Amino acid sequence: MIRRRDLVVGGGALMLGGCDRVLEVPAAKRLLFSGENFHRGLHRAITDRSALAREYAAEDLSPVFRVNGNNNPGTPEYQALAANGFVDWRLQVGGLVDRPLALSLAQLRSMPLREQITRHDCVEGWSAIGRWTGPMLGTILHAASVRRSANYVVFRCADRYPNGRNYYESIDMVDAWHPQTIVALGLNGRLLDIGHGAPARLRVERQLGYKHAKYLMGIDAVASLDGIGLGRGGFWEDHYDYDWYAGI
Amino acid sequence: MSEVPPGTIVKRHRLATRVWHWVNAVAVIVLLGSGLGISNAHRRLYWGEYGANFDAAWAEVPRFPDWVTIPGYYSLALSRRWHLFFAVVLGFGLLAYMVVSLLNRHFQRKLAIRRGELSRRHIWADFRAHLDFRFHDPEAPDQYNLFQKLSYALVLFVLLPLAILTGMALSPWLNATFPWILDLLGGRQSARSIHFIASGLIALFTVVHLTLVILAGTWNELRSMVTGRWKVPE
Repeated sequence: MIRRRDLVVGGGALMLGGCDRVLEVPAAKRLLFSGENFHRGLHRAITDRSALAREYAAEDLSPVFRVNGNNNPGTPEYQALAANGFVDWRLQVGGLVDRPLALSLAQLRSMPLREQITRHDCVEGWSAIGRWTGPMLGTILHAASVRRSANYVVFRCADRYPNGRNYYESIDMVDAWHPQTIVALGLNGRLLDIGHGAPARLRVERQLGYKHAKYLMGIDAVASLDGIGLGRGGFWEDHYDYDWYAGI
Repeated sequence: MSEVPPGTIVKRHRLATRVWHWVNAVAVIVLLGSGLGISNAHRRLYWGEYGANFDAAWAEVPRFPDWVTIPGYYSLALSRRWHLFFAVVLGFGLLAYMVVSLLNRHFQRKLAIRRGELSRRHIWADFRAHLDFRFHDPEAPDQYNLFQKLSYALVLFVLLPLAILTGMALSPWLNATFPWILDLLGGRQSARSIHFIASGLIALFTVVHLTLVILAGTWNELRSMVTGRWKVPE
C-alpha cells in the first residue's frame, strides 16, 4: 500500500530527477540559460556601468593568494619563454584595430601602471584579496587604435586543458574600457609568478575569477564572438555551460 | 462565539496566496537543490571579506549526495544555471506577493498577532494543542494559530529577504554599485555564510511545514492550497 508520506517523498525525488530531464528539451534549456541575459540586463539597467569595485587597504590582503585552475601551461613554447624570463614574449594586439601591436614586457611596464587591491571571487565560492599592478586595458586598446566596430575583446592564453583546447575568455566594451580592467603584470608587489598567470593576466574586477584569463598571449578586438571556439565567448562557456556573464 | 461545525467548507486561501505558494514552492525546492550542488564546489565557510583554502574556516559542510542536488550529478555550471534562474522567480515572486498582500491587507488579517495571543497561558494552551495534533481554534478555524503566524512571518519577512539579500551580495557586479550591502553583512564571505544559514533554516521550515500538512490532513490541506476551499476538521 502506498502511504501518503511515500507520495510526498517520492514526488520530491521525482521532481529533483525531473530537473535533469528538463534540460534534454532544447526550448527548456534555452529558457533556463536565458537567466544569464536577464541578470546581465537587469544589472546594466539598475547599476552604474562605470562603478568601481571596492579597493581595499594593505592590511586587508589575504595572507596567501591561492592558485587555481591551471598552475603552469607546461607547453614547450611556454617553457622556453619562461626559461628566458619572458624577454621573448610578446602580447599580440590585433583584430579590429588600426595599429596591430606586439608588446614586450618592457613596453607594457613603461605604460602608466594602475595598482589596485581588490577581491577575487572564484565561481566556486572562495575569495582572496590581492594587490594587482599593470596597465589599463584601455591604454593598450587606445595605443592600438581599436575601431568603433569592436564589441568584444577576446583574450588568447597559453594554457591548454586536457582536451587539448586553449583557454580563452572575452569581455564586452563596458568592461574593456573600465579603469579597473588591467593587464596585470604583478601581484602583491612582485612580478606575477607562473601559478598566478605569468607574465600577464587579465583583471576584470566586477566578474568572477574564470573571466580573469591567465598566461595572456594575444588580445583581439572583435565584432562578434561567433566563430571563435564554439562561439560562447570562453573555454568554460564553450565546454562546460558556464555563463558568459560572470557578474553574478 | 460559537463553534464552526466540523465538515463545513470554508474559503481558506486567496488566489494570490495560492498562486504565490506554488510558484514559490517550486522555486524554493529548485534553489535548495541547486544550492547544495553549488555548495559542493567549495564546502568551507568563512567570516569576513575573504576566505579560501589557506584561511581559517568556521565550518566545513558535508558533501551533499547526488540525490539531493540539482542536477543529480556534480556540475557547478548547471547548478548555477538553475539557481540563478529561480532566484529571479523567488525574488520577483516575493516582491509581487508583498505588494499585493500589503494592498489587500492580507498580512494584517492573517498574520497580525491579536491581543492575548502572547500571554503565557495562551502560548501554553497552543503548545498543548499542537502536541495533541489540534492546529485549529474551533471558534475561528480559518485563523492561523500563534506558532503559524510567527513561523510564516519569520520566513516571509526575515529568512526569504535575507536569502535574497545575501544572494545579491555574492554578485561582484552588484557589489560595485551597492557596497553597503556587503558592509551590512560583514563582508563577502560572511554574506555567503549567512546565505547558507538562511537557506538551511528555510529548508528546516519546509520540512516542518510538510510534516504538519501531513499531520493536519494532507488532502484537505492540499485542496485548500489549490482551490482555496478547506473543510473544518473534527
